[in-house]
Amino acid sequence: MDLHGYGPHLLTGVWLTIKLGLLSLVVAGLLGILGALAKLSSVPPLRLLAQIYTTLVRGIPDLVLMLIIFYGGQIALNQAGEAWGLGYIDVNPFIAGVLTLGVIFGAYMTETFRGAILAVPKGQMEAASSIGMSQALAFRRILFPQMMRHALPGFGNNWLVMIKATALVSIIGLEDVVRIGDMAGKSLHQPFTFFLAVGLVFLALTTISILVLRWAEAYYGLGAQEQ
Amino acid sequence: MNFTLIANHTGLFLESVLTTLKLVGASVLIGLILAIPCAILRTSRNPLINGPIWLFTYVFRGTPLLLQIYLIYYGLAQFPEIRNSFFWPFLSQAWWCALLAFTLNTTAYTAEILRGAILTMPRGEIEAAKACGMPSSLQYRRIILPSAFRRALPAYGNEVIFMLHASALASTVTLMDILGAARKFNAMYNTYEGFLVAAPIYFCLTFSLVGIFRLIERRWLRHINPQAA
Amino acid sequence: MKSSNKGTALIIVLILVALGALGYVYYKPQMTEAPVATTPTTTQEPTAATPPVAMTATPAPMGGGMPAPGQKLRIASEGAFAPFNEIGPDGSLKGFDIDIALAICADMKVECELVKQDWDGMIPGLLAKKYDAIVASMSITEERKQKVDFSDKYYNVPARFVAKKDSGLTDTREGLKGKKIGVQRGTIHECYAQKAFPDSEVVLYATQEEANLDLVAGRIDTTTSDREALSGGFLNTPQGADFDWLGGDHLDKSCHGEGAGIAVRKEDTELKANISKAIADIRASGQYNEIMKKYFDYDIYGDQ
Repeated sequence: MDLHGYGPHLLTGVWLTIKLGLLSLVVAGLLGILGALAKLSSVPPLRLLAQIYTTLVRGIPDLVLMLIIFYGGQIALNQAGEAWGLGYIDVNPFIAGVLTLGVIFGAYMTETFRGAILAVPKGQMEAASSIGMSQALAFRRILFPQMMRHALPGFGNNWLVMIKATALVSIIGLEDVVRIGDMAGKSLHQPFTFFLAVGLVFLALTTISILVLRWAEAYYGLGAQEQ
Repeated sequence: MNFTLIANHTGLFLESVLTTLKLVGASVLIGLILAIPCAILRTSRNPLINGPIWLFTYVFRGTPLLLQIYLIYYGLAQFPEIRNSFFWPFLSQAWWCALLAFTLNTTAYTAEILRGAILTMPRGEIEAAKACGMPSSLQYRRIILPSAFRRALPAYGNEVIFMLHASALASTVTLMDILGAARKFNAMYNTYEGFLVAAPIYFCLTFSLVGIFRLIERRWLRHINPQAA
Repeated sequence: MKSSNKGTALIIVLILVALGALGYVYYKPQMTEAPVATTPTTTQEPTAATPPVAMTATPAPMGGGMPAPGQKLRIASEGAFAPFNEIGPDGSLKGFDIDIALAICADMKVECELVKQDWDGMIPGLLAKKYDAIVASMSITEERKQKVDFSDKYYNVPARFVAKKDSGLTDTREGLKGKKIGVQRGTIHECYAQKAFPDSEVVLYATQEEANLDLVAGRIDTTTSDREALSGGFLNTPQGADFDWLGGDHLDKSCHGEGAGIAVRKEDTELKANISKAIADIRASGQYNEIMKKYFDYDIYGDQ
């Protein structure tokens, strides 16, 4: 496969895609846990906030959300910056991509974690509080490990969807592997070659992810009873 | 937000909704029809039958839809052999390219969903069917598939909604779907407000679909959720 | 879980996350573009103490738009419009527009930074202050002047059509009736195609490169763009071997405008004046001609 010298540049794109995916995963995971706790909390405004969040994200295509956050977000930030006398606050496109993907997939993770938390038998937390464990300790040692086992399939699925969704950032100009392949292919009039290469990259990423997830499921499933 | 400007272009947006619905509707329908044999073949234990279908679903679920669209629209057109072939009158048009890409993608996902539903079939029902002497084809038609469809419904509903969202990508290959109309509007007035018009349109379409699927679930999954009215 | 404890924990975590996000936003990691270093000295009057370059929040510039000392002038270009702007194998911007931009920066004695930007977001990005100037063969038109200001022009070439050799078409309204004309979305050529060829189907593309690709694929019958972009970026390349001009020059001032200029925000009056002066300077010094000769055999500045 002759990449006409664009090989190294393509590799930087692969690296950016991976970085983008992993960082967005962290943001999404964090937002997911917060969202799940909010949805399950007994504070109605929190529940409402979380509900609005997940509803909006589920109702609007990822690409449209990304375009709105990227363009609109910058303008809103500018206006906020000027109002507070801070001048122009630049948001690096990479950060914008991470935040956007994180916010979008945070909503999906909210549903995943919510289902997972609900799947842990109530008795576990009751036992924890009955022996005097604090909220934080109970969450960390009792709820979270058991929740992870239930959350893993959904979490893994969201990751697989997200790594492919990173392709969308090519449309907001971020130099991920899809964009570089696109630009190279179009400028050399050989789109097929480059898109094929990019496709192989994604298949590799997907395969590696699936293998890692299978290992994680086995690890977290240790000691669990088969239903 | 300039509402008068937007109101002047209602026709543009309305037509784009029609384009989107046609694209999503056609690809989902064809995808569903194609997915049934794919799912059945995937349950076979023969690697010669299972293998190629597995490869198909693996590739189409393992790569981004955007890439699949680009490959079919720009990639295939690169080759003179394809340009002179029988397929060219179709592949030369963006509509058919997008339809092909979406259909292949949804076929792959739907096939896996159906396969999962078929494999988690309660064994007892199949054994009862065999005990009655039903041939395999009749088993599929009367016992396995209806049950599989019902159990696949929640996941399939998600897949259809995903297809609606994915249709936004059709705008990258010159189609005037909702996002395409938004981009045209943006280019005319050097703004980004077109996106703020597209978002509520997608929102309404999405939740109409959610509502429709909820109604279908309420009827078809009645037997496993007796409390729901 | 006791509701009050859960709520408190949640609020604390939310605050931490918000602080973290704010910190992220303020920290500006390395730009993906290697900064193009020109003479680093600036001749601006001393402003208030500038924050270290790592900080992203810049003090509001002293009006006029020139960058404060230590700040770079950010210039955006598309990179999909050879030979004016394109992307090389190493991913960097190059072309006539880029060379002119660098020459102008040198003349103004400011340090420049090149930013890649898709055409669709070119003006919104300028207004959102992602960069300070656009040097991307953007034509000066009344419509655009409603949102941004332009420097004096730095070149002016007419538009032309290309089509397959022996296509049998003519570049007139009747000649292209029912045919497909590909144009880049949001350009003067889209305006012209829709205005002068209402009987044809105008197909919109995100870049001229994509329109060229579809022309080769036979999905469109013709495309129109800047004459030099079509010759240097298409006809003179291997892909354009079977193609040729379809007719001659087209110039419709109401659509095509007055030539390519450099766009800046309306409030950046000093920047605009300095850029126009710099253009005049490099024309007088012969540097403009040197750059022009690298790409073209003849004068593209157009009539004065």
